[in-house]
Amino acid sequence: MSTANSIAIRFSGVSRHFGEVRAVDDVSFDIADGEFFAMLGPSGSGKTTCLRLIAGFEQPTDGAILLHGKSMVGVPPYERDVNTVFQDYALFPHMSVGENVAYGLMIRRVPRAERTRRAVEMLEMVALSGMAGRKPGQLSGGQRQRVALARALINQPSVLLLDEPLGALDLKLREQMQVELKAIQRRVGITFIYVTHDQGEALGMSDRIAVFNKGRIEQIGTPAEIYERPSSAFVAGFVGISNILDGPVAQAIAGSPAAFSIRPEKIRMQSPGADVPADCFSAAGRIDSLLYLGASTRYHVALAAGGELTVIEQNRDAPDLGDVPQQGLPVRLVWQRRQIQPIGPGR
Amino acid sequence: MTAAVAAAADEAGGGSPLRRLSTFLYLRPRFVLLLLLVPPLLWLGVIYLGSLFALLLQSFFYIDEFTGQVVHEVTLRTFGELFTAANLSVIWRTAGMAALVTAACATIAFPIAYYMVRYAGIRTKALFYLAIMLPLWSSYLVRVYAWKLLLAKEGVITWVMEQLHLAWVLDGILQIPMIGGPSLSASYIGTFLVFVYIWLPYMILPIEAALERVPRSMIEASADLGAHPGSTLRHVILPLAIPGIAAGSIFTFSLTLGDYIIPQIIGNSRPFIGMAVYLHQGTAGNIPLAAAFAVVPIAIMAIYLTLAKRFGAFDAL
Repeated sequence: MSTANSIAIRFSGVSRHFGEVRAVDDVSFDIADGEFFAMLGPSGSGKTTCLRLIAGFEQPTDGAILLHGKSMVGVPPYERDVNTVFQDYALFPHMSVGENVAYGLMIRRVPRAERTRRAVEMLEMVALSGMAGRKPGQLSGGQRQRVALARALINQPSVLLLDEPLGALDLKLREQMQVELKAIQRRVGITFIYVTHDQGEALGMSDRIAVFNKGRIEQIGTPAEIYERPSSAFVAGFVGISNILDGPVAQAIAGSPAAFSIRPEKIRMQSPGADVPADCFSAAGRIDSLLYLGASTRYHVALAAGGELTVIEQNRDAPDLGDVPQQGLPVRLVWQRRQIQPIGPGR
Repeated sequence: MTAAVAAAADEAGGGSPLRRLSTFLYLRPRFVLLLLLVPPLLWLGVIYLGSLFALLLQSFFYIDEFTGQVVHEVTLRTFGELFTAANLSVIWRTAGMAALVTAACATIAFPIAYYMVRYAGIRTKALFYLAIMLPLWSSYLVRVYAWKLLLAKEGVITWVMEQLHLAWVLDGILQIPMIGGPSLSASYIGTFLVFVYIWLPYMILPIEAALERVPRSMIEASADLGAHPGSTLRHVILPLAIPGIAAGSIFTFSLTLGDYIIPQIIGNSRPFIGMAVYLHQGTAGNIPLAAAFAVVPIAIMAIYLTLAKRFGAFDAL
């Protein structure tokens, strides 16, 4: 990652303004060659604009974008070694699936026989063999998604951009496609840049994640870094469940008013009289509400010191239906001191 | 079963008569459909198509040359008359003009429609709609006569060309055999210009509607896959616009085929199909030949649409 030629994409001080709106505001980052890089953030946070800047559909207002060390300023999309999987797939309705996949080769005047052969190979890779003759309108959402992927990969780009590619699919299909996308990325070895607002997707698939907020990057890191060591209240809240204590409540529990976050699954719920080990913090409270999720149960506990914490307990033991914690039950929450993450003041 | 439910609901449903009627209709969707469809279908079937078939039937009769009476005897001899040199030239003249007008309308309409869809903001777009529709608000006859004033020998265009010392260009154009003439308003050029002017809105609107259905991402996808703007136009935008162009061309082509006023007011007074129909059914009293002429545009359109379908013009629909 340190040598220049292993960097696929470099943003340095990139801004993109639309009139008064700063869609992307002074953003800098590097993406290594072969990396699966996720851009995570709520809608309007600038992640899609960043993707469009890489694809060439937008030009930066300010700053430089380098693709393998070459400046991309003023370079149109059709001269960039980058391909995109669009959110709405953008398949050409008047062409067959095979023609759609082979479109990039047709434009590059690859002979018809080779075009057909490679399109068939690509369709095989995305498990759509035998579908080449169909029209996109005859396919299901998941199948269209695969066609869009095959069409983008056939040009063998150095970077593949994916704009919320699984957003339109139902949950089961989405999970299946996540696994397949990751496998395909490993097979082809191309840099994948993956825009999503779904933290589960980002955490599960990526090597690194950039969390976007209001046109800026809040934090870049591995999924574990982002989840376990969120650098701001925004990241802590956007990735995973927000459990932030500060001020007098933090003072009462941890002995300092500085804000900290603690992930819900790190907290153990015990009876009020339980012993608290020396390396642990604890807080007394009462179950305010609970959500039974099958594999786990999510408790919202109102703390005696004020504030609220969410606790997730795995339902590991065989159900003893008479002995389930109920609303209003007094409890003691216990977690190891090293599990807390100090949170800087948010922007 | 459904009837039983409906009956029960009728008994249960009290309230005002209007409310009971609503409930009655709500529970019988097929009956509502029938109520909605019978009047228009009667109109379409009996009055609209019925009169057309009555007209077409006339084309299978013929006129007795001595008595001038229509002989009610099914024969193809009236159709045979279409193939005389004079009548064939009418057909070729009209079809040729219709084809040229359609091509010109499509060429002018496409960039306008493309601009409206891809670049115009809401306000500009409204302005364009207004500009396209505005001419349709005034009388067609008045607009044709207005063009006569523009195109006449003493008209605006001649005057402007003289002021620019370009009268020789105009004269040169009018010297061209076939399409030229004594003045613009007495030449095929004039007829062509007015036809294009009159039918242009009918080409812009369908193309605009077709382009409206091409999402921006599709154009971006084409560029993303390496296509220059020209290739994108050829491989993506045009194929997707073709159903709109086909729809627009049906209007411009068939309206030109059937029009009898424009070539009568502006042009060299050589007859077009519409004028032939008008003449034969009027002074000549030859309803069968007029009817046979009326079949020609229908036949041409049928052939045109079959070819368009064969070449995949409607695949993107």
